[in-house]
Amino acid sequence: MILAFDWTQLAQQTVIGLSSGGLWALLALALVLIYRSTGVINFAQGEMAMFSTFIAWSLIHHGLSYWEAFFLTLAISFVGGVALERVVIRPVERAPVLTVVIVTLGLFFLVDGAARWFWSSETRSLPNAFSTRPITVAGVAFSIQDLGNIAVSLGVVALLFALFQFTKLGLALRAAAVNPEESRLLGIRVSWMLALGWGLAAAMGAVSGMLTAPALASFDQNLMQPVLLYAFAGAVLGGISSPFGAVVGTLLLGVFVNLIGTYVDWIGTDLRLPAAFAVILGVLLVRPAGLFGRASVRRV
Amino acid sequence: MAEPLLALEGVEARYGPVKALHGVSLTVGEGEIVAVLGANGAGKTTTLRAISGTVRRSGAIRFAGKSIAGRPPEAVARLGIAHVPEGRGTLSELSVGENLRLGAYSRRDRAAIREDEERILADFPWLEERRNQRAGTLSGGEQQMLALARALMLRPRLVLLDEPSLGLAPRVVADIFRIVGELNEREGMTVLVVEQNAILALEAASRAYVLEVGRVALEGGSEMLRRNESVRKSYLGY
Repeated sequence: MILAFDWTQLAQQTVIGLSSGGLWALLALALVLIYRSTGVINFAQGEMAMFSTFIAWSLIHHGLSYWEAFFLTLAISFVGGVALERVVIRPVERAPVLTVVIVTLGLFFLVDGAARWFWSSETRSLPNAFSTRPITVAGVAFSIQDLGNIAVSLGVVALLFALFQFTKLGLALRAAAVNPEESRLLGIRVSWMLALGWGLAAAMGAVSGMLTAPALASFDQNLMQPVLLYAFAGAVLGGISSPFGAVVGTLLLGVFVNLIGTYVDWIGTDLRLPAAFAVILGVLLVRPAGLFGRASVRRV
Repeated sequence: MAEPLLALEGVEARYGPVKALHGVSLTVGEGEIVAVLGANGAGKTTTLRAISGTVRRSGAIRFAGKSIAGRPPEAVARLGIAHVPEGRGTLSELSVGENLRLGAYSRRDRAAIREDEERILADFPWLEERRNQRAGTLSGGEQQMLALARALMLRPRLVLLDEPSLGLAPRVVADIFRIVGELNEREGMTVLVVEQNAILALEAASRAYVLEVGRVALEGGSEMLRRNESVRKSYLGY
C-alpha cells in the first residue's frame, strides 16, 4: 500500500492547492489590512475584487493584452479603494464597529448591484495569464498556470511585506492602524493612512480576482464569493490580526482542501468545504486567536 | 518683551456637552519650563490637549507667531510641538526602534535625524539594546523614557509633558525630571509640564499655573508659589 503511494500525484495536488490558496491569501491579506485599521471584516472585499476583474475584462475586450489590463486595473482599483474609503467609510470612522459592519454589508450589495448593472449577467471568460502548457519539474508535470499563480501571489505578499517593514510609509500605516490617536500626535495623517489601506486592499483583491477568473471556463458576478469565504476562513485559521497568519492559514487551507478532496473518497468535491471548516473549528477550539494570532500585550 | 513661544488666551474646551476649560490664559517663553498644577479634574490634561488639538477647543492659541487653534493634531505636531500624552502614547505593537523613528516622522532632514538619534541614544543608552523589543513589553518607567526620547526625535520647539510621574516609582520619576532639567539647561528645550506631584514640578519649573475647575486660579514664579499658603496646603501638603 505504502509502496504504491503515488508521490507524483501528491506533489501535483499540493501545487494545485497552493495555487488556489495563494489567490485566497491575497484576498485574506486585504481583509486583515482593513481589519487591523477598522476592526471589522470588509464584507465587500470580494465584490470589490469581482468589480476589478470585470474592469479588466472590459479593458481586454477593448483590445488590451492581459498584462496591460492587469496593471491598469491595479491602478484603477487602488484609486477606487481610496475613493470608497473617503466617501463611504470616512463618515463612519468614529462610529461603533457594528455600524461599520453594516456599511460594508451595504457596500457588498452596492458593488454587486453596480457590477450587474454595468455588465449584463451573461457569463464571460478571461484569457489565461500564463501558458496552459504543463512543465516538468523533477519528473513531475505541473501546470504553468498554477506555478504562475503561486509566484505572483508570493511576489505580491513579498512586496507588501517590504512596504510595511522597510518603508517610512509602511511604518506609518502600521502605527495608524493600531494606535490612531497616538499616531496623530506624531504628525501622521491617520485618516489618509486608512484610505491608503483601502487602496492597497482593493489592489490586492484585484490581483486575486484577475488570477482566479482565467482558471474558470466562465465567470459571472458571483466570481469572488467562494474566494471571500475561503479567504476569511484561512485568515481566521491563521489569526485574523496577523498578516503572516493569514497567508499561512490560506495556503494551508488550500492544500488541505485539495488533498482531502483527492484522497478521501467519500468527501470528494462536495464535502471539501464542510471538512475544511470542521478542521478550522477544531483549531480555534484549541487556539482561539488562530495559529499565529496573539492577544495584544500591554504593560502599564 | 518678545512674543512668547506659546500663548493661550481665553481658551475653552469641551468633551461633548461637558465644558472642561472655562477660559484658560497662559504663556510659555522660549527655553522655559512651565508647570501646570491642580487637582484631579481641574483641566490640566485638557489644557495640553487643547494645545495639541486632541479636544474641541475655542479661544486664541498662538505658537511661534501662528494661530494653531483650528489645526488638527497632526498639523500641530508638524509645527514642532511634541505632546507626550497621559499613558505615554506608546505604540505598543511596534518595536522600540520603530517608535523612535516615528518620532521624526514629520521631518525631512535625514542627516540631522540620524545625528539626533545618536545624541538621544547617548542620553538613553539602554534604548539601543532594546531596539528590536516590542514597546508594549517595556516597564512603565521605560515607556515614559521612550516617550520622552521619541518626543526629542521631532527636534521639538515645545514639549508637552502630561503627568510623567503617573504610576511610576519615585526613583524613576526623579530620573525623568533630572533628564528634562538637563535637556532644558543644555539644549534650551522648552517644556510645558502637567503634574500632580507639585513638589517635583515646582523644582523643575521656573514658573507655574494653578488650575481650579477649568480656570487659572493662581500663577507666578515657582519660588513664590512654594511660599504661597494655599498652594502649600492644597498641593505641597505641609
